[in-house]
Amino acid sequence: MRVEITVNGQPHSREVEPRQLLVHFLRDTLSLTGTHVGCDTSSCGACTVMLDGAAVKSCTVLAAQADGCSVTTVEGLGGPDGLSPVQEGFRQCHGLQCGFCTPGMVMAATALLTERPDPSEQEIRDGLKGNMCRCTGYQMIVESVQWAAANGGAR
Amino acid sequence: MIGSAVPRKEDAALLTGRGTFVDDIHRPGLLHMVYVHSGEAHALITRIDADAARALPGVVGVWTAKDFAELPARPSVPGLERSYLAGDKVHYVGEPVAVVVATDRYLAADAARAVRVEYEPLPVMATVADALAPDAVPIFAPLESNLALEQQVTPHDVADELDASPHRLRARLVNQRCAGAPLEPYGVLADWTGAGPTIWATVQAPHRVRAEIAERFGLARHLVRVIAPDVGGAFGVKSSFMPELFLAPELSRRLSRPVKFVETRGEHMVHTYHGRDQIQEVEVGFDDEGTILALDVTLTVNTGGVPDPVGIALATLTSYMLGGCYRIPKIAARFRSVVTNTTPTASYRGAGRPEASFLIERVVDLVARRLGKDPADVRRVNLVQPGEMPYQTPFEGIVYDEADYPAALDLLLSRLDYAGLREEQERRRADPGAKLLGVGLSTFVEMGGFGPTPLFEQFGYIGGWESANVRLQPDGSAIILVGTAPHGQGHQTALAQIAADELGVPFDAISVLYGDTAVVQEGIGTMGSRGMPVAGNAVRQAAADVAAKARLIAAHMLEAEGDDLVRVDAGFQVKGVPTAEVSLAAVAERSFKPHLLPAGTGLGLECTSYYEPSNLSYPSGAHGCVVEIDRDTGHVHVLRYVCVDDCGTVINPMTARGQIHGGVAQGIAQALYEKVSFDADGRPLAASLEDYMVPGMLDLPSYETHHIETKSSFNPLGAKGLGEAGATAAPQAVVNAVVDALAHLGVRDVEMPCTPERVWKAMHHAS
Amino acid sequence: MIPAGFSYVRAGSVQEALAELSRHGGAARLLAGGHSLLPAMKLRRAEPGVLVDIGRLRELSYVRRDGDQVAVGALTSHRILERDPVVAEHVPLLAAAARRIGDPQVRNRGTIGGSLAHADPAADLAAAVLALDGVLVARGPAGVREIPAGEFFTGPRQSALAADELLTEIRLPAAGGLAYAFEKFSRRALDWAVVGVAVQSRPGGRTAVALIGMGPTPLRAVAVEEALAAGTPAAEAKSLAARGCEPPDNAVASSSYRAHLAEVLVGRALAL
Repeated sequence: MRVEITVNGQPHSREVEPRQLLVHFLRDTLSLTGTHVGCDTSSCGACTVMLDGAAVKSCTVLAAQADGCSVTTVEGLGGPDGLSPVQEGFRQCHGLQCGFCTPGMVMAATALLTERPDPSEQEIRDGLKGNMCRCTGYQMIVESVQWAAANGGAR
Repeated sequence: MIGSAVPRKEDAALLTGRGTFVDDIHRPGLLHMVYVHSGEAHALITRIDADAARALPGVVGVWTAKDFAELPARPSVPGLERSYLAGDKVHYVGEPVAVVVATDRYLAADAARAVRVEYEPLPVMATVADALAPDAVPIFAPLESNLALEQQVTPHDVADELDASPHRLRARLVNQRCAGAPLEPYGVLADWTGAGPTIWATVQAPHRVRAEIAERFGLARHLVRVIAPDVGGAFGVKSSFMPELFLAPELSRRLSRPVKFVETRGEHMVHTYHGRDQIQEVEVGFDDEGTILALDVTLTVNTGGVPDPVGIALATLTSYMLGGCYRIPKIAARFRSVVTNTTPTASYRGAGRPEASFLIERVVDLVARRLGKDPADVRRVNLVQPGEMPYQTPFEGIVYDEADYPAALDLLLSRLDYAGLREEQERRRADPGAKLLGVGLSTFVEMGGFGPTPLFEQFGYIGGWESANVRLQPDGSAIILVGTAPHGQGHQTALAQIAADELGVPFDAISVLYGDTAVVQEGIGTMGSRGMPVAGNAVRQAAADVAAKARLIAAHMLEAEGDDLVRVDAGFQVKGVPTAEVSLAAVAERSFKPHLLPAGTGLGLECTSYYEPSNLSYPSGAHGCVVEIDRDTGHVHVLRYVCVDDCGTVINPMTARGQIHGGVAQGIAQALYEKVSFDADGRPLAASLEDYMVPGMLDLPSYETHHIETKSSFNPLGAKGLGEAGATAAPQAVVNAVVDALAHLGVRDVEMPCTPERVWKAMHHAS
Repeated sequence: MIPAGFSYVRAGSVQEALAELSRHGGAARLLAGGHSLLPAMKLRRAEPGVLVDIGRLRELSYVRRDGDQVAVGALTSHRILERDPVVAEHVPLLAAAARRIGDPQVRNRGTIGGSLAHADPAADLAAAVLALDGVLVARGPAGVREIPAGEFFTGPRQSALAADELLTEIRLPAAGGLAYAFEKFSRRALDWAVVGVAVQSRPGGRTAVALIGMGPTPLRAVAVEEALAAGTPAAEAKSLAARGCEPPDNAVASSSYRAHLAEVLVGRALAL
């Protein structure tokens, strides 16, 4: 089947199998490999992207379901001028180690700050509870999001 | 730069989705390989029917064990050779039985499901008790029983010392099976072009992988290129020699196309090796003050269905560390490694040492409880004193480096407000509406800086050293090639900090490369907390040699003696003559001009250094955990977690903090959440992240971190390593806190993970 | 993990969806948010031949006050339930339960109809709808029928919904201003309930108590409700929480611990 999906502002029209998962559409079809797959059960959040502005786990969405929609991936944050405030926060506060969960974590954090520009620690933890990190123990991720909130927010 | 909390060089790519993990790599003509895994824990394979699978669209082929009979066995315990795929029988659920290659990952998944395997079930022995029962049948064919290895680590027993002790007690402790569960599962991409393969793989020791692959294919090593690209966490579990490391290149060779294998998470949970899984039987003798006089320990390790050469012997490290940071005059230790119908076990963060630390720290608390003394006081009477360092333990060759264990404990107690917590605990015990409060201590020491070559050779490595090549570019910037293979530790950053200080080159003008055997000189890898204590010293030495040569060239340029020069920001200056100055860039450029160099000076500014540590290093510290327990549900909430760590010289306080946090998080996870378990039929009960309890953001606390910096005299940098310290310290800090909270109810132990149900049952079944 | 192949149809209307269901017989499954079905398909626990995507039927995403009831469209996402002012005012229990589901990403996609139709015995919304005495509106070839929540859940992941029926609406008696509570005990914050309790006071002083994780289906704690109706103090009535329940005994929790949790959580919910 044919799908038309706008990714990071670029429209794409592609023939896909109905069973193709959105995450594989992004990674394999469009070669946007920043979005990762960490589990099979919608548990880890490494595949988090924005679908029409809402954070979703792209391993649990069919490409077919995203037909006609707009997707933002980690590659769509920031720009030639540098990192987005959330990305910069993770760099400043060492919110990443191996970096594998990071794109999903950054997308979920961006979605959180869009809704709650000044979240408490509890709200950050609640807002990112669908994203697992095995390296950091999370505290420096919390600090990264706090840094971002104080330095430009969800931009 | 050493000691400065600079942001990491690694981050910009990883934060923008421009990292390169194995599954991100595409090669023209790429094929996808998947396994057919055993769904039976113990069974004979009577038939494999792959005809239907072969007929599916996009399927290139299906192979079984007999198709790889010519390939020499995987790295194995001599005499216990491991095949790539199960042959006549399967030993555990998840063991690969067949391999399928197709043109895309979807078609490969379909084909794998179409392969029909018929089994004749055999009795399943999912526990060591079952596997050691008198009527148990041997699981792994070369062995005549399920006792794969029995080792008396110490030649003597301590029966006399125990008999002579005023008090003695016995305990049986369980260090449960855990999964490393890095967020990126295992992956390999092999492309055999021309004379040999290039292999991108999620590994921790690319040169070792190269050696093992070259040996199996009868190739000279220069023809095999192994690249560890960005690796999404490893925690030891990416150091095992999984069959795909060899099958992917072999299939690429046969098919003349690149072949990629990437685990699914469900597959990772049963296929990649687990860690821990040790039963500890201990008897301790002590006096009225709690001074420990003798310790007798028998460890039983569940090695799983196919013994791994590292996993089978990890209890050696547990044995060496049994004394913890205490002066225990007599220790007797032995261990048994037992084959069962479960996934094999091998390294997981700490690999043998957390088990030891858990044992001795639980024992100290049990001793304190028996004597009615405060656990802090019992620790204090047993701690090795700073004046006794370096401290020779009862184990030959195990010598602790400089540290101040009592100072770490004192700092911890003051940061905790220990006395205040004890008062609060009493107040809450008296108030039936309040949650119970518990405080747990863990004064720990572990091994870092693996390790002198004679030790590391025993784990199959060519050596225990590490290598670094430091090379100035003609513009004065520097490229460093290092033999480690980090996966989150931040070596690009920390090693550049070390080099910046030695070279006088700005941090931003240094790049650190690793993980490619075609680029990097021989190296060992990243495991055993060896980054800073071993690789850090290699970089330091190489950089110092380069700096010394730069000084000679600068002196020649300035027409002075080397000793007369001082280092300034830009380069070198003749002492006291600000106008006589030359930049490092000019020196670097000059180093490539043979006609302008002092006579006899070789071209370029480059040095390769191999650093062999004189011994292991011994990171130590004192961690404290405060928990509150819901009286109604048994739920444990970690209120505070306080760390005092002594990792020697801290290179980058920010990444050091990250390492401590991450290790502690995994330790708390072991204490409260995680366990890989199997039912009586050997079927895994935790084969996804829904069932295996990797904690999330709301499940873990914030951590308070403090450092005591006692430089190690065992290496010039004075670093001890810290990647495994948190995971070593935390489990018993938490368990001691849980037991402490319930002590007034008569509870003496709660097995890990201390789930609400277990805690609740302990509260209600304690005598 | 890859789902088996299927053909995909996007329904443009409820009529179209029903026609597709009829056309394919039992081979077709409805796809709403997909957060129950797609994971099952990836693990190949479900291999439907046809997926009928009803995710675009915006007409089924709404919350409306309708007399003394609140009507919730079956495709209303958990996220909307969390925030909708009508829900907050008239059936706040539903918002309290929605807030505890999974994580924000899951709540953005998951729908109330999908969750109920999947009939997981530990589904948070099921407890709320049961305690609210909701009525589930289904449309099929034979027309519309209303199924009381108490009759909807028939077994583990089994419901009274026929294979050719589509859940369109959930009708909930407005309960604004009345006491309610949702208590959930899970292993990790992210997890399904080990045991959960929804409590809703009714006009006239009756109290409804629903449990999840305590049997093959979400269920009502009838013994507790009757005891409360007879004037038994909550602190005593809670001890009847597990009466008549057959809680599962598995790796997540033993049946005895679940029974104990039910008592504790019912006690807490009733204390609010």
